[in-house]
Amino acid sequence: MTFETKISGTPVDNGVDTASLIGARAAFEQAPEAASFTFRSSCDWITGTQNRNTLNGYFGLGQEHARKQTFTIASDHPEVFHAADTAPTPPEILLSALASCLTGGLAAVAQHRGIKLHAARAIVEGDIDVRGILGMDPDIRNGFSAIRVRFEISADASDAEIAALVAQSQKRSAVFDMLTNPTNVVVEVA
Amino acid sequence: MKRIQTIVIGAGQAGLAMSHCLSERGIAHVVVERGEVANSWRHERWDSLRLLTPNWQSRLPGFAYAGPDPDGFMSLPQVVRHLSDYARASRAPVEERTRVTSVTIDGGGYRVATDRGDWACRSLVIASGACNLASVPACAAGLPDGIAQLTPLEYRGPAQLAAGGVLIVGASATGVQLAAEIRAAGHAVTLAAGEHVRMPRHYRGRDIQWWMDRAGIHDAGHDAVDDPERVRRLPSAQLAGTSERRFFDLNSLQDAGVEIVGRLSAIRDGQALFSGALANCCALSDLKMNRLLATLDEWAERAQPEGLQSIERFAPTRVPNPPRLTQDLTRGKFRTVIWATGFRPDHGWLHAPVFDRKGRLAHREGVVAPGLYALGLPFLRRRNSALIDGVGADAAHLADHIAGTRGRLAA
Repeated sequence: MTFETKISGTPVDNGVDTASLIGARAAFEQAPEAASFTFRSSCDWITGTQNRNTLNGYFGLGQEHARKQTFTIASDHPEVFHAADTAPTPPEILLSALASCLTGGLAAVAQHRGIKLHAARAIVEGDIDVRGILGMDPDIRNGFSAIRVRFEISADASDAEIAALVAQSQKRSAVFDMLTNPTNVVVEVA
Repeated sequence: MKRIQTIVIGAGQAGLAMSHCLSERGIAHVVVERGEVANSWRHERWDSLRLLTPNWQSRLPGFAYAGPDPDGFMSLPQVVRHLSDYARASRAPVEERTRVTSVTIDGGGYRVATDRGDWACRSLVIASGACNLASVPACAAGLPDGIAQLTPLEYRGPAQLAAGGVLIVGASATGVQLAAEIRAAGHAVTLAAGEHVRMPRHYRGRDIQWWMDRAGIHDAGHDAVDDPERVRRLPSAQLAGTSERRFFDLNSLQDAGVEIVGRLSAIRDGQALFSGALANCCALSDLKMNRLLATLDEWAERAQPEGLQSIERFAPTRVPNPPRLTQDLTRGKFRTVIWATGFRPDHGWLHAPVFDRKGRLAHREGVVAPGLYALGLPFLRRRNSALIDGVGADAAHLADHIAGTRGRLAA
């Protein structure tokens, strides 16, 4: 037993096409295979810890898709790691991916619930003990030991409704899922 | 082969309610039952279980609790007695010790093969229960040897467990009741909690089921929720059939010394990996509980029932920080794992194209196919469809449907 969150018919516009998303749900109900997507990124080494990801094509709705433009995400390490600091570190990109996923989800959930979002910012922090990646202590993990997200939200909603938006955005987030539950990762040499 | 208008499979509360409604409408039928009346209650539940609904709420078509303790909660022997009394009072034509081995489509009706002969019928009602099989996650296969595994269908009480730690996977009514009972018996207990439904046993001086009943929440049908399928998947609320303790929630379990961890995500190389989303699962549950309480308060404000105590809110669920994310299973911490990860019906004997992609019986408000019906499943038509108290309205609805199509099917 539970109680429903209110789905409002009030038209608000957070810039999310919820009608199409709900339509997609109905379509995937009929053709679940169309819901299988594969996303890709290819990463080229430049020098040192500098490298650049190129992202364009993906598979979904049963076919390949090409985007109108190719995106790049560069990565490097800061000077304290004796690197050139030309771009954020991969763990920082991961933090930004989490924040982006939760923030995008927040807007979509808010619109679905008829809540107008005026402003939203997610501040993300991750704690990491670099002795892990330096192989100094087997009891220290390589990755973040903790990640904290703090949302600052202005919306036409009560505190409880805003808390429910944030909770639901986590519940439906791909990146949150991948960070909180294990994912099988296979790495091989071509 | 024997022929009859209607066959009902199962003589639990659903099948007996169906039989009563069919008799009222003069529809010839028989109820086939693999064991005895109330068989699952007799043989497939743990010893300490009591109904989650108070005695007054065990209402069935033409039958109600008439004992001295309307606010009490029936033990299993009392449930069995209640249903046996109902079968007698409504003169239900039950064929006991008759196990259905297969159901096939046969002309304009159905052929029901049993271990005591075959039947042909025009209409068939599947009332064989929603909890015949325990759902166990695939990762159970990765559990190291030497750890005993149990489902709630096999669990009777703490006495059957080896000394040592117990991991209970799942925080529904089943999981929290077993965690409390096994912890009280002296075991170290860890409870893996994914999404769960926190709920107080009583609120403002009234049992929570009184509120659900009076405020009309139990009666909510498909039009009241945006996705009935999602409601069907919800775990049962964290309740137990006792008014002595208000909560069987994660806080009360932690007070009793139970360790709370996130959902069991995987077992890898002998390590149990628990989800890091525990805090959000607890936040979702607290928010949901508070929305329910706010709805009940709004109803009380309008309806003004007498004798209510003042509005209350409860402390949020305490989440261990940081929660345990891994546990080495090869080091003897757990001697037993109990999979309180849900139940599902067993329709393995039904040979007809009536299942959805996930193998679940597809139906619309209990109507599966012409002449084929299901009863007693979660949110069949209403929120309380799987409760003793809710099955009667669904049975009456299906009996009307059978009565309305009888002429056409026979023609």
